[in-house]
Amino acid sequence: MRKLWDFHGGIHPPENKHQSTQSSIRSIALPDTLVLPLNQHIGAAADPCVRVGDTVLKGQMIATAVGRISVAVHAPTSGTIAAIEEHPVPHPSGMSDNCIVLRSDGEDRWMELTFCADYKQLSAAEILSRVRQAGIAGMGGAGFPTEVKLHPPSNDKVNSLILNGAECEPYITADDLLMQERAKQIVKGMEIMAYVLEPEETLIGIEDNKPKAIAAMREAAANTRIEVIVVPTKYPSGGEKQLIRILTGREVPQGSIPADIGIMCQNVATAAAVYRAIRFGEPLISRITTVVGESVPRPGNYEVLLGTAMSFLLQQAGLPLAQDATAAAPVDITSHPRPNQGHCPAVTRLIMGGPMMGFTLPNASLPVIKTTNCLLAATPDEFPGPATEQACIRCGMCADVCPAELLPQQLFWYAKAEEFDKTEMYNLFDCIECGACSYVCPSHIPLVQYYRFAKDQIRAARIEQRKSDLSRARFEYRQQRLDREQQEKAAKRKARAESAAKAQAAKAASDQPEQAETTTMATTAKAGAGGAESKQYIIEAAVERAQQKHLQVEAESSKPPALEARDPEGPQNHEESRNLDELLDRVTKTKAKLEKLQDSLATSLATNGDQSNSPATEKLSNAVEKNKIRLAAAEQALAAAQATAPSTQQSKPA
Amino acid sequence: MSIVVIAIAALLSLAATFGAILGFASVRFKVEGNPLVDQIDGILPQTQCGQCGFPGCRPYAESIANGDDINKCPPGGETTIAALADLLGMEAKPLDEEHGETKDKRVAFIREEECIGCTKCIQACPVDAILGAAKQMHTVIAEECTGCDLCVEPCPVDCIDMLPISTTINDWRWERPSPPLSSTQTIIASDRQGTAAGDNTKPTDDGDQQAA
Repeated sequence: MRKLWDFHGGIHPPENKHQSTQSSIRSIALPDTLVLPLNQHIGAAADPCVRVGDTVLKGQMIATAVGRISVAVHAPTSGTIAAIEEHPVPHPSGMSDNCIVLRSDGEDRWMELTFCADYKQLSAAEILSRVRQAGIAGMGGAGFPTEVKLHPPSNDKVNSLILNGAECEPYITADDLLMQERAKQIVKGMEIMAYVLEPEETLIGIEDNKPKAIAAMREAAANTRIEVIVVPTKYPSGGEKQLIRILTGREVPQGSIPADIGIMCQNVATAAAVYRAIRFGEPLISRITTVVGESVPRPGNYEVLLGTAMSFLLQQAGLPLAQDATAAAPVDITSHPRPNQGHCPAVTRLIMGGPMMGFTLPNASLPVIKTTNCLLAATPDEFPGPATEQACIRCGMCADVCPAELLPQQLFWYAKAEEFDKTEMYNLFDCIECGACSYVCPSHIPLVQYYRFAKDQIRAARIEQRKSDLSRARFEYRQQRLDREQQEKAAKRKARAESAAKAQAAKAASDQPEQAETTTMATTAKAGAGGAESKQYIIEAAVERAQQKHLQVEAESSKPPALEARDPEGPQNHEESRNLDELLDRVTKTKAKLEKLQDSLATSLATNGDQSNSPATEKLSNAVEKNKIRLAAAEQALAAAQATAPSTQQSKPA
Repeated sequence: MSIVVIAIAALLSLAATFGAILGFASVRFKVEGNPLVDQIDGILPQTQCGQCGFPGCRPYAESIANGDDINKCPPGGETTIAALADLLGMEAKPLDEEHGETKDKRVAFIREEECIGCTKCIQACPVDAILGAAKQMHTVIAEECTGCDLCVEPCPVDCIDMLPISTTINDWRWERPSPPLSSTQTIIASDRQGTAAGDNTKPTDDGDQQAA
C-alpha cells in the first residue's frame, strides 16, 4: 500500500454526482450547425486554413496552430464552411471571438485517417507531432496544449507521470464515466505518454467516491506498470499541485511547473484523446460533457461534437429550449437581472464547469469547446443568487481551508484596498482560485472575485509597464537619430561655408559655434535644469530643437515670433490676448495651408490637365474644400472673440 | 599638553583615514546619471505627448527631480501622481488642469484614402509609430502608438482620428466585485427591517440588487 500525503485545508461540499452517473455515456443527434472558436485553449488562436464555401470532411484540419503554444482545430463532421466570423464564445466576459461556422451536410463522412497499430514503431518526436496535429489540449478545464506539456524543458527529467482522475468538483462526472467505460483507452493513452517521457513511475489518482471507475481502471491496468491509487475525497484534490502533494508528498515551488520537480500531471480524458490520435489518427473533435442540474430532465454524460450549441445539447437532454440555436436564447441569471424572454423559467443560471470554479454563461447559444467538461443548468432553489456581502469578521475560516496555504484574509484586505504590491507579497499568484475560501466565508464575501480582480489588475499593469518601457526606448532612439542628423547637417553646412568663402573661412568658422554657444547658454538659463552634464546636453538639444520647430511654424504662418506668447514668464498677463492670438494664429495658419494646397492643386491640374479626376487631384481638391470650411469657421470665431474683447486686441504686442 | 596633542593627532588621523575611504568610495562606486530621475521616468507613462510643457517624459522627470510639481501629467492621471508622491514622499495633489485632463487611452488611426503622403505626422510622432514615405499613404502601428495626439494637429487634410481602444476578449479583465449599495444591506441580517430573524437563510431581493 502506497503512502499517501494530505494537503492543507480543503472542503467537503455536497457532491451531487449521483444525478449524472445513473446512465452510461449517451450520444446525441448531429446538429445542423457547428461553431468552432479558433481559441479553445491557452495560447495563440489557431489560424483558419479553409475558406468560406469550402467543403470539408470529418476530421479535416480547418485551422492550424500558430507558434509554439497553440493547437489546431478540426472539422467535427463533414459539411461546408458557412462563415468565419465573430461569434459569442464561452468565456467569463461573455464576449465574442473569431469562430469558424460549419454547416453539416448530414453525412458525417470521415476523411482518410492514418492508423498506427503499434505506437512503438514511431519515435517520440513523431508521436508529439501527431498529438500536435490532432489538436489536443488539456481536457480537465484549463486547456493547455498537451504536446507542449509533453515537451518539458530539456533539463527536466520526468520521474513520475500522474493521470488525474480525481474529479473533485461537485456535479461533474465526465471523467468518472470515461474511466468506467473507456478504461482501456485511458491506459493505452498513458502508455503512449510514458513511452514519450520514460518516467520511473506511472500513477493514476482517483477519489474514493468513484468505486466503479476504480474497479474498471484497476482491471484495465492489470499487468502494466500503471498503479491505480485511491485518494480520499476532498475538494480540491483534483488540483494539479494538490494531487501531486497527495501522491508524492512533494510541493511544486512558487513560480515553477511540476516538470521542474520531475512530475507531470495529465487528465484522464487527455490520455484517451492521445490514444485515439495515435492509434486511429482521430483528431480531437468530440468530448464527454456532463449535463446536469435540477432543470435537466435527463441528466447524464453526453458525447458531444465540439462546436455543438449548448442549447442543442440541453434540448437533447430533454430541456425545452428555444428552437433556433443561433438566436441568443437568454437565460435569466439572478446575478444579472434581465427581462425573461419567454425562456424556460426553471433555469436561472447556466454554468460551464462546476459550481466551484465554473462561470455563468450569458445564454445557451454558445458552442461546446474542448474544455467544456460540465454544463450546469440550475434552478433558483439549487443555486440561489449571491447573498449580500457582509463585513469580514476575521474568523479565519478561509485560511483554514486554503489548499495553497495562503492568508485569504490579508489578500482580501489588500485586494479591496487596491494595494496590489502587498497582495503580491502575500503570494496572490499562488492562489488556484478553487473557491474554498468563498465557500466557507460566513460573511458571503466573494473572495475569489477579489483575487481575480487583483490578479488581472497586476497583469494589466505589467503589460502597461512593458509597453511604456518600449515607447521610452523608441523615443530615446529617435532623439539620438535626430541629434545625429542635426550634427551631420551642421558639419555639412560648416564644410560648405568653408569652401564657399575661403577668404572669410576663419571668420565664418568662428561665428557659427559662437552663435550656437549663445543659444545654448540662453536655453540653459531658461530651462534652469541641473543634473549631470551629459543629461543636460540632451535637454538642451531637445529644447533647442523644440524652439527651432517653433520658429519654423511661426515662419510658416508669417507672423512675428513675439506673438507666440509661449514663454513661461508671463502666461497670466497674456491670458486673454492669448486666446485671441490663438484664434488669429489659427486663421493665418489655415490661410497658409489653404494657399499651399491651392497652389499644389493648380500645379497638379496644370501638369495632368487631361486627367483632372485622378485620385491625387481629387484628394487635393477635397482638402481645399475642407480647409476653406475650416478657415471660415476660424474667422467666425475670431470675429466673435474680437467683438467681445476689443480692448485686449489693441493691447496685444504687435 | 601632550594629551591634547595626541588626541588631536588621533582625531586627525582618523579623519584622514575615513576621508580617504570615502574619497575612494565616491570614485570607485560613482553612480552615472541621477537614479532618482530614472525612477521618476519609470513611473511616467512615456506617452511623450509634451502636455506637461516639456519635450518628452524624461525632461519632465528631470524637472521633477529638481523640484517641479508632480501634477502636470494628464495621461498618467491620479495613478501616476500617487506613485510619484509615494516615491518622493510628497502629498498627492489633484491634476493641474492647465495641462489638460485625463482621457481614456486612445490610438491614432489614419483614414488612408484621404492621406496625401505629406510625412508631417511622421515627423511629429515622438515614438516613430507612423510608417510611410513622401507621397505614399501613411499608417499608424497601433501597437506602438502612445495616443499622444501630436500627429493630429500637423495633418493638412485632417485624416487622423484618435480612436478609443475597445476591449477584446484577450485583454478583458475581471471587474472589482461591486460593494453593497447601502448601509442597510451591510447590517446584520436579523436587524434588517421587516425581515424575520428566521427568514434570513433565503436570499432577499437586496442580495440580487447588490449583485447587479
